[in-house]
Formats: sequence, structure tokens, C-alpha cells
Amino acid sequence: MLQNQISGKRKAYIGIMKSLMAVSAAFTLGLVVFITLYVLIKGLPNITWELLSTTPSYLSDSIGILPDILNTVYIIIATLLIVIPVGAGAAVYLTEYAQNKKLVSIIEYAAETLSGIPSIIYGLVGMLFFCQFLNMQTSLLAGALTLVIMNLPTIMRTTQESLKTVPQSYREGAFGLGAGKWRVIRTVVLPGCIDGIITGCILSIGRILGESAALLFTAGFAHALNGFFDGLGSAGATLTVALYVYAKEQGEFGVAFAIASILMLLTLLINLLAAYVGRYFKKRRSL
Amino acid sequence: MQQKKQLLETVIHGIFLILGLITVGCVLLITVYLILSGIPAIQKIGISDFFLGKTWASTAADPSFGILPFIMTSIYGTAGAILLGVPIGFLTAVYLAKIAPPSIKNVMTSAVSLLAGIPSVVYGLVGMMVLVPAIRSIFDIPDGASLLAAIVVLAIMILPSIINVSITALEAVPKEYEDASLALGATPVETYFRISVPAAKSGIAAAVVLGVGRAIGEAMAVMMVSGNAPNMPSLFQSVRFLTTAVASELSYSSGLQQQALFSIALVLFLFIMLINATLNFFLKRDKEA
Repeated sequence: MLQNQISGKRKAYIGIMKSLMAVSAAFTLGLVVFITLYVLIKGLPNITWELLSTTPSYLSDSIGILPDILNTVYIIIATLLIVIPVGAGAAVYLTEYAQNKKLVSIIEYAAETLSGIPSIIYGLVGMLFFCQFLNMQTSLLAGALTLVIMNLPTIMRTTQESLKTVPQSYREGAFGLGAGKWRVIRTVVLPGCIDGIITGCILSIGRILGESAALLFTAGFAHALNGFFDGLGSAGATLTVALYVYAKEQGEFGVAFAIASILMLLTLLINLLAAYVGRYFKKRRSL
Repeated sequence: MQQKKQLLETVIHGIFLILGLITVGCVLLITVYLILSGIPAIQKIGISDFFLGKTWASTAADPSFGILPFIMTSIYGTAGAILLGVPIGFLTAVYLAKIAPPSIKNVMTSAVSLLAGIPSVVYGLVGMMVLVPAIRSIFDIPDGASLLAAIVVLAIMILPSIINVSITALEAVPKEYEDASLALGATPVETYFRISVPAAKSGIAAAVVLGVGRAIGEAMAVMMVSGNAPNMPSLFQSVRFLTTAVASELSYSSGLQQQALFSIALVLFLFIMLINATLNFFLKRDKEA
């Protein structure tokens, strides 16, 4: 019945729109599958134990990415150690302390602005401020501090969202029992926002893993093997920067694809982890 | 005792206030640094020579610092990426928000968030190895590293932002609008495109603006596929963007050349601030509506 009432023109419109949508969605999915498979197929065969466990050597003309792996780990640890207290603290201030609406909107606007700034600008300012003005030279620490600024908005946002889910009655109950503001925050509010902080950490790790432009000029591209504290004081390439250098400057595409496939697997892992953690906390909260 | 407790509370309040203000401090730091380090070179080179000069020869004996090629390349590149990426992203978003069965929607959402998580150097590498040779052989040009390659890579990179923000906007459209349209005899597809999409237009506009911001700020992937010669933009020629202009010379530059790079970063920053303001405008209108 209904079919007969629809004119040919409308039918054509519906058909065209439907097929355009199908093509677009299939294209997007195909793209993801292609990029993932291409990188893994080109890269995985190049991953050897030797590559993962050695440093680059001119003597034996071999390339190892152990220093780059360690640098990535160091920079992630250093960044998170600084960004978590600052970001979570800022979120606590915004939701628990701030009375002045104007100040809140200024801080939130600043966070939005930070999340829109391209990483190359972070790299440039990081180089000027941390490496030159604060005289840290090109070092992992300077890179980590630059990444702290980049990841502040992420941690702030996720913590703020989880703070909003802590029921107001918990706070009132604690106040009613005679606890001071700080005690309420320490014992009631902060434990309630752990999920937000963990989610923020996972997102930040993903972002740090993928970052290159901001690190190229702040952390440099050396491949020396160092311990944690020596490493922070000296220049070093993370996996992404090493990929760039091997692919663009040295034409070592085998190594570049090996690193790319490692990054791809880590990205997959982080996405799965983020989805799992999100589901886990949602379930726990609804209990 | 009471006084001591009061003092502790005040101190802790102060500490949290400082943590809250660090964000504002960072924005001020970045702004002040970019302005202070960006202005001198513009003054030395001259506003019109800097912005309208078509030649960039920073290391020549008689150097010239015209950044018009970079500005135009960034604008053309971003526009191209939007032209390619927005229709695909928008149609995918409508499909996912309104039509897709839950199982397909789940798979696609994970796929899109994977696309968002892939590091830009990996896009650059795949672009270098697949796209650049493909463009060279399809269009029969000596080198495939070109504006076109950069546009395609950028279009892919902005897809996740466009899809995710559009989906959020489309899902926020009140169910009653769609029900009313269906009750009046419109088919589902007609309802989605003639009712839901116009109702979500602020959110979709925000998605496009977000895509513009992502595209104009991307450096590494573009650097790996665009060839990096400071030409005026042309689809099949090697080009340099505002971002890559900074990235490609920063490590070895000095003197006026380095100052000019800071000025380029300042120009890029101004573009981004303009885009952020536009984004806020659309998001706010969406909230009020």
C-alpha cells in the first residue's frame, strides 16, 4: 500500500541516499582494515628479538630499538607522574572548591584552548621554554613536561566527569559527621574519581605513544641506552620519533614498518583496554 | 587546634587553586611566548613582504621570507581534506547514528576509534609507501609526493573527529521530531536527512570546524607525503604547509631564519584561535537550542 504512494522521484532519492551511506560506511571500515592489515603484514615479519633487545650499532651495521622502547616508557611514566596530580587537582578545584563562576569558565576555556593547539606549536614553545629558558637542553624531561601541558585537558575532563557522579549525599554525610573539607575530599571525593583518573591515564598513554611533532624538538632523536634518571636528563627518541627518523631521514623502511606494527598493536591494546575499563566502571557504578 | 585546622584548610584550598590556575598559566605562557618571539621577524622582514611574499629562500645568500605559499597551501590542503572527508564522515555518521543495527554499530565504532588512535607518523608511513607511488603512477608525474597526497592523508585523519561529533549531534535530536515526520508519511531515510540532519546542524557544523582545526594543525603525516618544497600550492606539486615549514627547518635554523619560523608558528596559532572561537560559537548555539 505504502509503496504505491511513494513517487519515483522519492524512491530515487531514498535509493541514492541509502547507497551513498552504505558506500561511505563501507569505505571507512575498509580503510581501517586496510591500514591495520597493511602495517601488520609489512611490519610483523621484521620484528626480531635482536631488533627489540639491542641498540643501533655502526660497527655491526645493525639497528635495534631497545633504547626507543625504554625512552617511550620513561616519557610515559614521567608525564603521568606530573600530569595526574595537576590535572586531577585542577578538576577537584573546579568541582569542589570554586565559587567564582567567572574563574571556572576561564579555566575551562583555557583547557579547551589547550586541547585545540596543534602539537607542533607545543614542540616549539616547549623548546623555547623548557629547553632554552629553563636550560634543560634537549632531554626526555623537557619532552615529558611539554606532554604534561598537552595532556592536562584530558585528565581534567575525565576526572571532572567522574567527580560529577559522586553523589552529593556522600559529601553531605561526611560533612554532617563533622569532617572538614579536606578530609571529605581525601576520604570521599578522591576515591570516587579513581575511575576518571584511570580512564584519563589510558587516553593520555595513547596520545603520548602517538605523539611525534611535540617531541622532535624537545626530546630529540638520540638512541642511547640509559636508566630512568639518566634517561630523563638526556636526549632520546620515542618509538614514533624513531619511526619518523628511520623512514624519512634514513630510508630504513623495514625498521620503520616494524615500529609501526608495534605502535599499531599498542593502539589496538589501548582501545580495547579503554573500552573494557569504561564498561567495568559503568557496571560497578550501577550496582 | 581549631585554628590549626582552619589554617590547614586554607593552605589546601590554596594548593588546589594553584593547580586549577596552572592550565590558565600554560595558555598564557604559550600565547606570550609565541607573540614575543613571533613579532620581531615580522617587523624586520616587513608585514607585506612576510605575508604576501611568494618566495621562501631562508638559507640563500640574499634570503627572502615570504610565507604566502605556506598560508595558501594550508588553506587549500585543509579545504581539500574537508571536501573529501566531510561527505564520507557525515554519511557514515548518519548511517551509524540512525540505521546501523547494534552489532554493526559496535564494530564500526571500535574501528573509528582505532582510526583516531593511529599515530600520525604511521599515517605518514603508509602514505609514503602506498599513496605517493599510487599517485605517481596514476597521474604519470615524476614524484607523487604532492598536495594531493597530503589532502588524501588529511581527509582520512579527520574522519574520526567528524564521525564522532556528528553522531553525538544526531543522537541528541529529540525522538518526537522524527516520530512526527514518520507519522506524516515520510520514509525513515527522508526523515533522517530532512528532519534529523537539519535539527543537528549546529553539531555537524562543529564537527566540520573541528576537522578544519585537526587538518590545519597536522604536521608529521603531512611532512612525510607532501614533498616539502616551498612552492605555491598546486595539486600535483611538492608543497609545504605552515606546520611543516616550522617543523622542517626548526632543528638547524638560527638568527632571522629561526625568528621567521616563530612568526610562522604565530600565524598558525592565530588560525587555530580563530577556528576555536568558531567551534565554541557552534557548540554554544547547540547547547542553547
